[in-house]
Amino acid sequence: MEKNILSIKNLDITFRTNAGNIHAIRGVDINLPRGKTVALVGESGSGKSVTMKAATGLLDSNAIINGGQIFFDDGNGRVDLLMLDKKELRRRINGRQIAMVFQDPMTSLDPTMTIGDQITEGMFLHQKISSADARTKALELLNLVGIIDAEKRLENYPHQLSGGMRQRIVIAIALSCEPKILICDEPTTALDVTIQARILDLIRDIQARMGLSVIYITHDLGVVAKVADYVNVMYAGKIIERGTVDEIFYDPRHPYTWGLLSAMPDLETDDDRLYSIPGSPPNLLHEPKGDAFSARNRFAMKIDEKAAPPMFKITETHYAATWLLHPDAPKVELPKELRARLERSRKAANIS
Amino acid sequence: MSEPLLSVTNLVQHFKVSRSYTVKAVNGVSFSINAGETYGLVGESGSGKTTIGRSIIRLYDPTGGEIIFNGKSIAGALDGDTRRMLRKDMQMIFQDPMSSLNPRKKIADIIGEGLDIHQLYSDVNERNKIIGDILQKVGLSAAHAERYPQQFSGGQRQRIGIARALVMNPKLIIADECISALDVSIQAQVVNLMKDIQDETGCAYLFIAHDLSMVKYISDRIGVLHKGYLVETGTTDEIFNDPRHPYTQSLLSAVPIANPHVEKNRRLIAYDGGAANYESATLRAISDTHFVLES
Repeated sequence: MEKNILSIKNLDITFRTNAGNIHAIRGVDINLPRGKTVALVGESGSGKSVTMKAATGLLDSNAIINGGQIFFDDGNGRVDLLMLDKKELRRRINGRQIAMVFQDPMTSLDPTMTIGDQITEGMFLHQKISSADARTKALELLNLVGIIDAEKRLENYPHQLSGGMRQRIVIAIALSCEPKILICDEPTTALDVTIQARILDLIRDIQARMGLSVIYITHDLGVVAKVADYVNVMYAGKIIERGTVDEIFYDPRHPYTWGLLSAMPDLETDDDRLYSIPGSPPNLLHEPKGDAFSARNRFAMKIDEKAAPPMFKITETHYAATWLLHPDAPKVELPKELRARLERSRKAANIS
Repeated sequence: MSEPLLSVTNLVQHFKVSRSYTVKAVNGVSFSINAGETYGLVGESGSGKTTIGRSIIRLYDPTGGEIIFNGKSIAGALDGDTRRMLRKDMQMIFQDPMSSLNPRKKIADIIGEGLDIHQLYSDVNERNKIIGDILQKVGLSAAHAERYPQQFSGGQRQRIGIARALVMNPKLIIADECISALDVSIQAQVVNLMKDIQDETGCAYLFIAHDLSMVKYISDRIGVLHKGYLVETGTTDEIFNDPRHPYTQSLLSAVPIANPHVEKNRRLIAYDGGAANYESATLRAISDTHFVLES
């Protein structure tokens, strides 16, 4: 079995708010094998960003961690990140072992600091390094992320750069202390498609060169198809399906995953109606009874209203939390459009 | 063929920033929209797609060119009748449903504002009925009229934005990135709703977006913008199956496809042409409907 560099076990988080307690993460397990790319997919509010913020100690102060472990294992012993206090997490892990790239490069850079200062800030914090060495290293990083005129750019301020360049700078900052894990939180949502494709290619090249393990948080299944080795689909604070990227795209088992795949317009067909998942995600202010997806699930059975389904195993790597996989459940036919679509995509990919 | 509902000819929109610097957002763009059809306008940020929408609905005063809507010129100074016609027959749905609804107004008053201004009802009961009906049409209920925007989710708010546009019974709706702020499953709901409404009322859409796959799904014809120039226009089929301009090809190659084996082996077609190449270029016809900018 592959070694996991990061494994999240049974994570459970509640947020205290004026309106009441919001049970945002309800028992999440995620594994990140070393050197691989794992995608975390879900709608806004499903808890994907919160899960990863817990691993980096960036949770807001009203978050209460009710339970769970986040093991980080870089080969020199296993640490539970939730047992470290915030200060230690910041000193030993953040930036140094696990770095994060955020969604919006317009807001994640400091407008009053030069690019050079922002890239070297982390190095001075985590490493004993002379300013000359730091500068050389910053130049190398800028070259690595494909910025020409690196020398000149070090003196620039963020507003002098385009959106795509800023996101390259944010990646350079994340890589400045040679982390083992890179967490990309919707890294290309704010960018144009042509720039998005280049940034995703860049992250893939760097990953291969530095042996990074990467987690993508995204809602764009096209991006997932491009980058991921493994996929975790999240809904209302739970992982409802996990598998290799092929299993999720060519043989999905959870009705929510079916819905997500069908709701994306397909460039290859001329269907005139998109399938849409009815309703909207549940409000986690009130603990959902039974399966959180049952109200929007057209295959819901009586049991879905009573009990939340466990993860059913399909293969060694493929699991899904839906009662439809219970041996006593009636056999359901995949929706016609989706079946046609899966057949088309298997055919395009030359898989039987 | 009958007159198009909207025809835009050589639209130019420049913004003077200082004495020596002018932003040339739109440079001589021409296209037309027929009654009841959907025209998709795509391009990356800064290509001028939003500016075109706003110039047409006259949130800006066009620098040059001609816009004919409903048989009347709306590019220059507007007289009272034309202005009233424009404000009633052309409506807009905005991008961000969180910021485009006034948080201090009830839904009934947000939707009813246009009705009030144009005096489109005889008494309060009729007003309530119109608003109730329109809410039902967009998948909400008449009881929602007394609530405030913050009581709704993003998808519901965008439905309210659509109801506000629709209540005036417009001939043309300009939808500016109206689904990009929504989640994937909700996007599909809203786009299906827009299609149903079009089937029922026969309104035309100018659908402005950067998401090519959604544009393909909703549009009859598409225009591709780059740096303020329309580089290619044609039917959806022509743009997707026979793209001629290198920029269109590069844009299509960058749209991610939700199929891992295919997506991982795709190559991006790079294109770095600048606006300078376009200045002397002319639109060349490939078919009756398909035009490409060639220099």
